[in-house]
Amino acid sequence: MKKLLLVLLSVLCVFSLVACSGGGETADDGGSDTAAATPIVVGGSGPLTGPAALYGEAVKRGAEIAVAEINEKEGTEYFKLDFQDDAHDPEQARNAFYKLLDDGMQVSLLCVTSAPCAEVAPLTQEENIVAITPSGSRDDIATYGENIFQMCFKDSNQGIASADYINTKFPGAKVAVIYQSSVDYSKGIYQTFADRAAELGMNVVETQAFTDEKDYSVQLKKVQDAGAEVVFLPIYYDEASLILTQAGDYKPVWFGVDGMDGILGVENFDTSLAEGVYLLTPFAADATDDLTVSFVNKYNELYAEVPMQFAADAYDAVYVLYNACKEAKVTGDMSASDIADAIRPVITSMTFSGLTGSGVTWAASGEVSKSPMAVVIQNGVYVSAD
Amino acid sequence: MDFILYLINGLSLGSVYAIIALGYTMVYGIAKMLNFAHGDVIMVGAYTAYFLLVSYGVNFYLSILITMLVCALLGIIVERLAYKPLRSASSLSVLITAIGVSYLLQNSAQLFWGTSSKMFPTSFTNGSFSFSDVNIPYLTILTIIVCIIITVVLQWFVNNTKTGSAMRACAEDKGAALLMGINVNNTISITFAIGSALAAVASILLCSAYPSISPTLGSMPGIKAFTAAVFGGIGSIPGAFIGGLLLGIIEILSKAYISTQLSDAVVFSILILVLLIKPTGILGKKTIEKV
Repeated sequence: MKKLLLVLLSVLCVFSLVACSGGGETADDGGSDTAAATPIVVGGSGPLTGPAALYGEAVKRGAEIAVAEINEKEGTEYFKLDFQDDAHDPEQARNAFYKLLDDGMQVSLLCVTSAPCAEVAPLTQEENIVAITPSGSRDDIATYGENIFQMCFKDSNQGIASADYINTKFPGAKVAVIYQSSVDYSKGIYQTFADRAAELGMNVVETQAFTDEKDYSVQLKKVQDAGAEVVFLPIYYDEASLILTQAGDYKPVWFGVDGMDGILGVENFDTSLAEGVYLLTPFAADATDDLTVSFVNKYNELYAEVPMQFAADAYDAVYVLYNACKEAKVTGDMSASDIADAIRPVITSMTFSGLTGSGVTWAASGEVSKSPMAVVIQNGVYVSAD
Repeated sequence: MDFILYLINGLSLGSVYAIIALGYTMVYGIAKMLNFAHGDVIMVGAYTAYFLLVSYGVNFYLSILITMLVCALLGIIVERLAYKPLRSASSLSVLITAIGVSYLLQNSAQLFWGTSSKMFPTSFTNGSFSFSDVNIPYLTILTIIVCIIITVVLQWFVNNTKTGSAMRACAEDKGAALLMGINVNNTISITFAIGSALAAVASILLCSAYPSISPTLGSMPGIKAFTAAVFGGIGSIPGAFIGGLLLGIIEILSKAYISTQLSDAVVFSILILVLLIKPTGILGKKTIEKV
């Protein structure tokens, strides 16, 4: 046993030596090679471990694809992605942020999930670094300063858009809501939905919440007993897939938001259960435009998965930074603060078209002008609902 | 009529908790350690069964058997590598190690199998029958029956076989058992193997009822089952059975009649009450700590 340990330790030592020397070399390259521009370091953090790892991974992969494309197009290393794990924990996100600062982050993708975003946004603002979060959708995130931008639409937009949409599409229908009260995202959307529904005089017959669980029999029974014809599910697709499975013979119109996106990608999921499900999404992986097709193919080739909207948002966010940096003609040897001052006005005046929308603009407050689009699942694919 | 439906849902959830709790209580009763990685063994079992059924198209019953073997093997490996070197260490070190193993398994699963969830095939256990107005899934009945069989067999095994007596001897006093010629290490390994094989059965029943599988699927049921084991009196096999069923029923009923959000709070409040009134749990034996 002791011998084995010794061998293991020595192997580890050798590895660390190799790693060190490797690190040294790349640093030398950057320093001595003045002809090629130093890359601009794009920092960011997200959950790469833990229960929310799915989202962090999608963002990291989407961003990696965008960075690789940009570097190929530029013929040199224009962007360098530095993506840290924050395990969807504000405390760890803060530590990741300081690590990124040490690593020389010049522009930022902030964080993937809302709570870490809200923790890191004030710090990013203070350091004068421009940040655009691909997926931190809580309403307050963009309010932390002029440097903070959102790529996805705010939670309240989704709540309002859902209420408006249900009200026009199913006038007078009995509506029920099942939401996850332990998740900011779900709760935020539910609240704005409820306010808007009251304003519109919608017939909301039942509201059920859950925390972290797998058994939804009680919530489903209550919703069914209330006779709901439309059930609004402002939750992530993982929970939604279980709810759809457990609903059995009860088949109301299910209405999800962007968190529902991905439900068709769940491995071995019986897609007939999702037939007729409505959802709001900025990105449909089966759209046929060139940009989407090329992105989906690349993603599928590299990771053997169909990308979800988190990946698409990250891809777009990197391109927003790229377009801004190009237009402001910033270079990698500038300080983060100088870059921020140069690209901030560019972002607020630019019109961006990408995977998740075209003609997208940003207000000075950092909010994005994207309107959620409703799709309905028919024969296992998204079809525009209008 | 609603009440009966809730009761049946509670029984179904509770019997899954009970099977997981049996694994906890086995290991605790004999090795005197809390194996917090138990929930993650369930997760490994779920993935094993998933790949056998979906990717390799193995027969359902054969899959159960292979999954049990894989989990039993995993249990033995974990015990040998992580817990055995700590046999004489304080119970706190073992507890921390168990939490470490739990994270190791979870993160390895994320690495190997990805973070996105998969749907467990339910076609094998589908179907239900109607009893007057209430719809009862076959799976619920199956889960309850399996749970009862396991409880009875385990109880018989521990009390009436040679290995069982060796287990009880180890539980009483490891040192003395060793002096009596009992191979303590092997006995503890067998305990882990049985506990983990139970986790495999639990994983298949759990995933048939709630078919979304992800690397963290074991953590919440694991904690609930641990609670159930404490509730029933940790170390006691019938206690784990009763604790699991009660926990499931209380959880569903408090969701139905109190609040869907506060159900966990209600469950754990009842646990605290039980422990205040009867600190050893419902069926727990009072042991006098020798100083």
